[in-house]
Amino acid sequence: MIPGVSMIHILILSGVLFTLGALGVLIRRNAIVMFMSIELMLNAANLAFVGFARSMGALSGQVFVFFVIAVAAAEVAIGLALIVAVYRNRGSIDVDMVSDLKG
Amino acid sequence: MTLAQLIFLAAAAVTLVAAIMVVTSPRLIHAGLWLILSLAGIAVLFILLDNGFLAVVQVAIYIDAIAILIIIAVMLTRAVMSDADRQINRMGLAAAFASLILLAGLLAMVLQVPAASPAPLVEAEVNLDALGRALVDVDGFILPFEVASVMLVAALVGAILVAMAPARGD
Repeated sequence: MIPGVSMIHILILSGVLFTLGALGVLIRRNAIVMFMSIELMLNAANLAFVGFARSMGALSGQVFVFFVIAVAAAEVAIGLALIVAVYRNRGSIDVDMVSDLKG
Repeated sequence: MTLAQLIFLAAAAVTLVAAIMVVTSPRLIHAGLWLILSLAGIAVLFILLDNGFLAVVQVAIYIDAIAILIIIAVMLTRAVMSDADRQINRMGLAAAFASLILLAGLLAMVLQVPAASPAPLVEAEVNLDALGRALVDVDGFILPFEVASVMLVAALVGAILVAMAPARGD
């Protein structure tokens, strides 16, 4: 571990970062900022993974971070393509406007 | 206070402040730049946790690829949503309240983690050799590894299809 920094501190930082990401997804209207917030949440999870991998001396934590990053890359490619497609069709990326399926 | 503690505090503060700016910044392009700073703070934390390899991956994939892709998307869709528009949706207050509950739940859970697992730490360096072997070992993670590569190809081809401009004359 980092000298003088315990696992708890890293987990608290990770939790606060995750909450900020969740807040961003919930309150923002712009789809791209929601995307950035999702990246923040994934990073918070990665931080917790790396912290645990370090404190337990385990390999699987790092492998999981690796896969999380791969999934994040795929997610961002698809998501941004969807945003560009929505923008092209409707001229807006305000998520409040995309409500055709609302009953 | 040791040097490592100082660096940890500084990196944590930079990461959190940048994350707050991502969530609250009214200008999209600024939010994207703050996101890069936040990701860089995480990379510093990875280095502090003796995981230089993942720090490099973080910089190469998150900052280099993902953040730049997001900023390009901001530029492509820039003219639509003026920065002066209302940025917060109708349920903003309820959402903030829900996030507070989420934070309380997370902290309550985190504080139950057995304190000070005595950091066994066999070798100071992360064992990159073992990581590479585990990824392609039949008893390790070769199946998820191959599935991830297929998924990436599928996702990128799909992204091209979704974002492709409709053919003329449709």
